[in-house]
Amino acid sequence: MITLTIDNQKVQVPKGTTILEAAKKVGINIPTLCAMPEIHHTPGACRVCVVEIDRGRALVASCVYPVAEGMKVNTINERVRKAQKAIVEFLLSDHPRDCNLCQKSGRCELQKVAERIGVREIRVPCTDFTERSIDDSSPSLIRDSSKCINCLRCVTACSDIQGVHLLTPSDRGFESRVVPAMGKDLMDSACTFCGQCAVVCPTGAIIEKDEVDKVLKALEDPTKHVVVQEAPAIRGTLGEELGLPVGTLVTGKMIAALRKLGFDKVFDTNFTADLTIIEEGHELLHRAKTGGKLPMITSCSPGWIKFIEHFYPQLLPNLSTCKSPQQMFGALAKTYYASLAGIDPKSIFVVSIMPCTAKKFEASRPEMNSSGYQDVDVVLTTRELGRLIRLAGIDFANLEPEDFDAPMGQYTGAATIFGATGGVMEAALRTVYAVVAKKNLPSLDITPVRGLDGVKEASVVVGELGEVRVAVAHGLSNARKVLDKIVDGTANYHFIEIMCCPGGCVGGGGQPCPPSDEKRKLRAQALYTDDANVQKLRQSHENPAITDLYKNFLKEPLGEKSHHLLHTHYVNRGL
Amino acid sequence: MHHEVNVPVSKTISDEFTPDILVKVDEVIERFKSKQGALIPVLEEVQTITGYLPESLQRRVAFGLNLPLSQVYGVVTFYSFFTMVPRGKHQIKVCLGTACHVRGGQQIENELEEKLHICPGECTNDRKFSLEIVRCLGACGVAPVMVIGNDIHKQANPTKIGTILKKYN
Ligand code: SF4
Ligand code: SF4
Ligand code: SF4
Ligand code: FES
Repeated sequence: MITLTIDNQKVQVPKGTTILEAAKKVGINIPTLCAMPEIHHTPGACRVCVVEIDRGRALVASCVYPVAEGMKVNTINERVRKAQKAIVEFLLSDHPRDCNLCQKSGRCELQKVAERIGVREIRVPCTDFTERSIDDSSPSLIRDSSKCINCLRCVTACSDIQGVHLLTPSDRGFESRVVPAMGKDLMDSACTFCGQCAVVCPTGAIIEKDEVDKVLKALEDPTKHVVVQEAPAIRGTLGEELGLPVGTLVTGKMIAALRKLGFDKVFDTNFTADLTIIEEGHELLHRAKTGGKLPMITSCSPGWIKFIEHFYPQLLPNLSTCKSPQQMFGALAKTYYASLAGIDPKSIFVVSIMPCTAKKFEASRPEMNSSGYQDVDVVLTTRELGRLIRLAGIDFANLEPEDFDAPMGQYTGAATIFGATGGVMEAALRTVYAVVAKKNLPSLDITPVRGLDGVKEASVVVGELGEVRVAVAHGLSNARKVLDKIVDGTANYHFIEIMCCPGGCVGGGGQPCPPSDEKRKLRAQALYTDDANVQKLRQSHENPAITDLYKNFLKEPLGEKSHHLLHTHYVNRGL
Repeated sequence: MHHEVNVPVSKTISDEFTPDILVKVDEVIERFKSKQGALIPVLEEVQTITGYLPESLQRRVAFGLNLPLSQVYGVVTFYSFFTMVPRGKHQIKVCLGTACHVRGGQQIENELEEKLHICPGECTNDRKFSLEIVRCLGACGVAPVMVIGNDIHKQANPTKIGTILKKYN
């Protein structure tokens, strides 16, 4: 152990601890802009975290500088304050400084740090050297290099967490910028649109494409019948986005808020999550019985789909042909629901609330129009719905909980856990077991597939099918580990769940930022609580609205209607 | 947290280079393939062979060394030694440091762009001239300065640019 003093407080920490970490132990938060321990990222680039060591000696970057025995650190004396100010002033001198017009305002770390250290003027000439070059080529994300402070968090997220390795610093000096490989636009790159770069970005340099206005317009259009669906994870994160404690389950308030906003029907993606389990479960059984391609891999996560289309096209036959719950919902809203309600599908406008920026891309894929119209019209992220609710002045915290509309709002606990890594696997195993063994699993809680381990494995003996071996991976660099095993023939799984984002959808690119494992755990806990304590039914095949859907419309799993509306195909996109 | 990247890019066939040049490029990659820190020496040798490093070659190197294309691109754009566009037989550098700027460097640049139909960072179609802007060559006393190949043209005069260019074949 090493003993040192920080601002006159003694602290003992293990050798190798940084000053930043040691300061945290005594309750001092040194400002930072580039360091992000969450993603093991400490490039020592921004220098905002300067502190003085051993009075009069050097100023050092506390996020990388290790503690030493007897060291005396000052985090706040005049010299430190002056240096911090100068550093932030320099950053701002080459920055648009148009916070009032910036989507990140109020949540921007640069803005917060500038405010905290009291920057009131910029004493160096404002060069505004970095050109305003905005990449809005994709339906998901907007990159604005002029707001980039070169912290490189996005580069680390894209390579280490996602294994995509698309972003890189390019050029040097004033010209240095972060760009996709070859300086191309995101749309022309092997970008998955996962948004993991956006959730770690401290500033407004990478943001979601905001489509709140499109939704407002549809809500005001009397000729439109606007229905809304919310992904499983939203009920565990919307509260957080609106200032409630992390992990607050806000299902009822969310529904109430959506009604207040004027949606004609408040349905739920959970309904089609249950449906996905029925279709995907039968697809797995079908493959197992007919010698089809195994292991079968889940297909609900659109960032993951784009990733496999670029990087592992040889494994596309392993992918389940099931559309994601979002797209199943869109296709059914404009067919099944339209005919039930006697509404012209042309006037139905489907809005989804998703934890995910890649969902925007998914909705725009040309093949996602099996209803004869674009199945999902607009996708809003959790953050955008938060903005919409704030815009409408809704006092979210004090809303009385309400309930979903029928029929596309009914769901089971199995659907809710889709939002956490391992949830789809758990939900699928519950149903597959029940279908094959004609009885319920001894325990519906399949804990080995829960939690934040990168790759999880389990096996379940499923009646006459015998042992079913499964794997679960979240975050694409974890996915690579499993995929490489399939490629080199060392995998012996039957069924694999892959979620693009760390933690699954609770850690999605459209979720409140910045993220952390701690937050992901609390958010997932909210979903498991819904499954265990709130929902009476916990298995997708028990959902009576799904039984009705098959009886009155789809007829049978994997049937002709399902094939047309609920299943899809994939593209080899190359690199 | 670093891990192997599986084949990061496809090896695109390039029509900018003849097959025997590409064979030489592949030889370089092969030689360094299993070595640590191979990227920069490979790029250096490849550029010596090909003269420049367009996207097709960067992909070839990335594929050969099993590195992400972004990493190759990052290195190529970081070092001014590397170029993604062909350099002309005669490389023109116009100084736009403070002194040259004040004394008409900009008109020199404009005139060159006019005459050669290229912008800074580009090369003429016949690969004869390429144009670059530099910041201070340390010859402020004789500003504005233009350098063609190894020749320094002091107190360059925009009206004489045409005549000067004619001297280079
Ligand atoms: S990125 Fe931050 S500091 Fe920059 S304009 Fe936006 S809110 Fe302001
Ligand atoms: S969206 Fe995902 S894949 Fe695309 S650049 Fe960002 S982190 Fe990389
Ligand atoms: S885009 Fe954002 S995360 Fe990436 S380097 Fe710039 S400021 Fe940092
Ligand atoms: S936080 Fe320490 S250098 Fe950026």
